[in-house]
Amino acid sequence: MIATWAQIGYLVSAVCFIVALKALSSPRTARTGNLLGAAGAVLAVLITFIAYKPHHLVPILIALVIGAVGGAIGSRRVQMTHMPQLVALFNGVGGGAAALVALMELGEVESGETVAAIATAFTIVVGAISFSGSIVTFAKLQELMTTRPVTFPGLPVLFVAGILGAIALSGWLVSDPRVWVGVLLCLVGLAVGVMLVLPVGGADVPIVISLLNAFTGLTVAAGGYVLGNTLLLVAGTLVGAAGTLLTKLMADAMGRSVFNILFGAVRGGSTLGAGTVSDRPVISGGAQDVAILLAYAQRVIIVPGYGLAVAQAQHTLRELVEVLQGRGVKVDYAIHPVAGRMPGHMNVLLAEAQVPYDQLREMDEINPDFKATDVVLVVGANDVVNPAARNTPSAPIYGMPILNADEAQRVIFLKRSMRPGFAGIENELLYDPRTTLLFGDAKDSLTKLLAAVKTV
Amino acid sequence: MTESIALLTIFVLAAFVGVEVISKVSSTLHTPLMSGANAIHGVILVGAIIVTGQADSALVVIVGLLAVVLATVNMVGGFVVTDRMLEMFRGPAARKKELHK
Repeated sequence: MIATWAQIGYLVSAVCFIVALKALSSPRTARTGNLLGAAGAVLAVLITFIAYKPHHLVPILIALVIGAVGGAIGSRRVQMTHMPQLVALFNGVGGGAAALVALMELGEVESGETVAAIATAFTIVVGAISFSGSIVTFAKLQELMTTRPVTFPGLPVLFVAGILGAIALSGWLVSDPRVWVGVLLCLVGLAVGVMLVLPVGGADVPIVISLLNAFTGLTVAAGGYVLGNTLLLVAGTLVGAAGTLLTKLMADAMGRSVFNILFGAVRGGSTLGAGTVSDRPVISGGAQDVAILLAYAQRVIIVPGYGLAVAQAQHTLRELVEVLQGRGVKVDYAIHPVAGRMPGHMNVLLAEAQVPYDQLREMDEINPDFKATDVVLVVGANDVVNPAARNTPSAPIYGMPILNADEAQRVIFLKRSMRPGFAGIENELLYDPRTTLLFGDAKDSLTKLLAAVKTV
Repeated sequence: MTESIALLTIFVLAAFVGVEVISKVSSTLHTPLMSGANAIHGVILVGAIIVTGQADSALVVIVGLLAVVLATVNMVGGFVVTDRMLEMFRGPAARKKELHK
């Protein structure tokens, strides 16, 4: 048992974490809250050094500095478009750390302490799953490997065998806590993690990040139980709850169940369509025509997608919107919950371009407005305005709530090519007679549009 | 009340607090929420330090130090990147004020 003052210190840290999450309810308080959370973490580490008086102090401090420098450099350098893979990576190393802590703690668990042994086994296997799963997610998002679902005959059998093996080994570990069984369990966990994420593809990958985040949280909570450390228990549980809730919100935003996302490809269906391109006629226009449409509209809604961010065109888009607003056009941004590559990602990308967050409207809020809208400008988005989600039961994205861009008077797509979006399915709206396509890189097209609108 | 029941109680209550707090987070901030929550579970660093500090054999110390490095990357990286994101969410008014200072 550690000293009372240290326990109280840990309680203060735990409160800091809760307040940090609570502060995220508004963009105004969020940053201060995050700093408070960081302060809570520093406090917790200081208390640990003083209260536990660890041996090997110098190597531990060196390891701390290496980790801190690595983490800080990584997160300073990352581009905002690459945020999902960074979160996946950080999540993975956290899960890995938890699994290692539980492995080391295995020597301390005595046979007979059933609950502690169960918690240890849980931490080892789920931590390992989280680690290897996150690394595969990272590789997919960074496009180090294909983003399409990877399956092979026998994968479901192997996966189930892995799960059963993990359960059996956990049972063994509980009845007889030996380190080598723990190591074996860890290896099985790593394999299960890889098999869990491999068949997930396309737009579903970000949901897996959120799920693995919840896994790591629960792992840390279980680790807290093993060590009898209340701070780890509280912090881990908070993250577990956050991750679970977010996973559900995200799955709802795509109109799919978490089960379907994880095992859809194994059973034959997934969000990835055939990826074919048809040669039906479309109406394409020049920047001048589109500029006139925009400049003489009364109400314009912008639908930004990941393609906008890839082209780094957010700043140009904001300038265009400002010019239009200067002409008296009412302009809003419609943000689909899964625009970008993770929930809320588009908000971050637009905030980076200094778009005021009160101009960003959520899907449910803006959907009734499309009927009374003159022009919808879709920049680098596709699946989130695809009416197939509503009309075509056979479409892989059927059931996903979409932005009702098809209800507007005119729709303009800024597109690089006719290649389908992230989900790989064709969009009927592109062939609609009210739709105009402006081909080209989003940044080039927006720059031309901006120049043209200024002269109208 | 035994210690394990006390820990179980804390677990259940923390789960309720977690759900309650997170369901109020604005969807605008879901990405920072994910990375902020991610940073918080980096607190496993505390566990890594405790276990490494009690280790006797060289092998266990090395594994422990690896855990310390991984957990620190998670914690420091998580908080820094969340701060970077949230900094961008300040309104233009706040930014101007800072320029004038």
